Amino acid sequence: MLPPSRGRLFSWGAVGLLVLNNVEVIYDHVILVLKGMSLVVPEGKIVALLGSNGAGKTTTLKAISGLLKSEKGQVTDGFIEFNGERISGLEPEIIVRKGIFQVMEGRRVFEHLSVEENLIAGAYTRRDRKNIRADIELVYGYFPRLRDLRHRTAGYLSGGEQQMLAIGRGLMARPRLMLLDEPSLGLAPLLVQEIFRIIKRINQEQGATILVVEQNANVALGIADYGYIMEGGKIVLEGEVDRLVDNEDVREFYLGLSDVGKRKSYRNVKHYKRRKRWLS
Amino acid sequence: MTFFLQIIITGLVVGAVYALVAFGFVLIYKSSDVINFAQGEFLLVGAYVALSLVVFYQVPFLAAVALTLTMCVLLGVVVERLVLRPFIGERVISVIMATLGLSLLMRGIIQMIWGTETRVYPAIFPDAPVRLGEVVVSQVYLWSLGVALVLLAVFTVFFKYSSTGIVMRAAADDQAAAQSMGISVKRIIAITWAIAAVVAAIGGVLLGNINGVNPSLAYIGLMVLPVVILGGLDSVPGAIVGGFTIGLLESLAGGYLDPLFGGGVKEVVPFVVLLVVLMVRPYGLFGKEIIERV
Repeated sequence: MLPPSRGRLFSWGAVGLLVLNNVEVIYDHVILVLKGMSLVVPEGKIVALLGSNGAGKTTTLKAISGLLKSEKGQVTDGFIEFNGERISGLEPEIIVRKGIFQVMEGRRVFEHLSVEENLIAGAYTRRDRKNIRADIELVYGYFPRLRDLRHRTAGYLSGGEQQMLAIGRGLMARPRLMLLDEPSLGLAPLLVQEIFRIIKRINQEQGATILVVEQNANVALGIADYGYIMEGGKIVLEGEVDRLVDNEDVREFYLGLSDVGKRKSYRNVKHYKRRKRWLS
Repeated sequence: MTFFLQIIITGLVVGAVYALVAFGFVLIYKSSDVINFAQGEFLLVGAYVALSLVVFYQVPFLAAVALTLTMCVLLGVVVERLVLRPFIGERVISVIMATLGLSLLMRGIIQMIWGTETRVYPAIFPDAPVRLGEVVVSQVYLWSLGVALVLLAVFTVFFKYSSTGIVMRAAADDQAAAQSMGISVKRIIAITWAIAAVVAAIGGVLLGNINGVNPSLAYIGLMVLPVVILGGLDSVPGAIVGGFTIGLLESLAGGYLDPLFGGGVKEVVPFVVLLVVLMVRPYGLFGKEIIERV
């Protein structure tokens, strides 16, 4: 395996709030999922992490938030730094207290709790108890629909409303870094647009740094400042979003566009593997 | 009529104790999917420890209860840490065997220390019976009922409104999601066991004051099964309603049917209920509906 190159880590001159350096993750002592994953998330930015199924995106987020532990996963090599401090291997409750909050894939709201109770649970690690009320209002400000549903049992909300609740619940912890795992999963396109607009607003207005994992590259790159593309447990391509969307391969494989901006014809799809230049 | 009312009051008191013990049982099941067969032994420990403090060490009753409850908090936490924690992720049957073993072990230790004969509390509640209309009730019954009701109300409010209560319900709903917001599931489970041990111990002290204490009191650990099956294994209100229902049924059966059949009906009735509920409504009266969005 190649040694981590400092140069690449900091290639765009940013100081990372979160730095993953050559991280290797093994599940159950045998299954190697992350194979030298390096990534930088600068403070105050939105970073998108894209990739196909099984590339290791969710594992990356769980390695950061510490949730790996309860799934018999382990960071076996490399390190994760948050705010200049090593966090690899810490318990999730300690990592949350340091300011990292993961909004898990599939919403995972507490189904038998009301909307408002879900929000209160999100604020569990907060010490400034008296500001919680105000923050619940803040969440309702971003997601007005939740205010009308505040006493409703969360399990009966629609998928979109549950996703809003999941993000709002994350906001309640007042994290410096929010990890969003596929917020578009299973939602109607219009709703996806709406939720991503709000994510952008949260980033700008609350100053929360965001690392978002997505299959829907279009919408993720639409709000991100920087993008990483992951395949087979490591980063294969990265860059500022403007440059990333100009990349021929990204356009073709992730945005479904060919060079001239037309919809991709699937006649040539059998060349898929061979034509990805970063694999060679 | 007087006889009927007497029976109802006895049923309510017994039911209140069932509700307390079942409450702890349901908490543990909700938070960690563990079926705790040692719930009856927690009750026994509470009853014996408080009794020893009062009789042998001459500790004033309330102080003795306070000490007993503190000890039970420790007992609950230690049992969870030493017996249950190593079984996290194991199969249900292993966990059941572990709590069964724990129950036998605790019962053995209790008999080693306190023997098997019935011991009685010195009279703590005033002797003079109270007259409620035409029914005469001894004060210890009313006190027991009152204490149990207050306790159940306090815990219900605690779970509904306190932030610890909300977090405990959250962790019962989805442990991984709870962990992702910094909730320590281990700590929540420890709190659960502490509460379960404490409510059972209070049940033990109440029953002990009524009937005296002997190891057979632990049979309540078994009576909890019909109660929670009736109420719904994972429902706290279910445990309370189920407790009172089974208590009343048992008392009515004992009063009216036992003389007809020459005894024994009282002991059987709860388990008849258990079987019927399992056939008709296996998730109980208030069991968790699995929420499915359509």
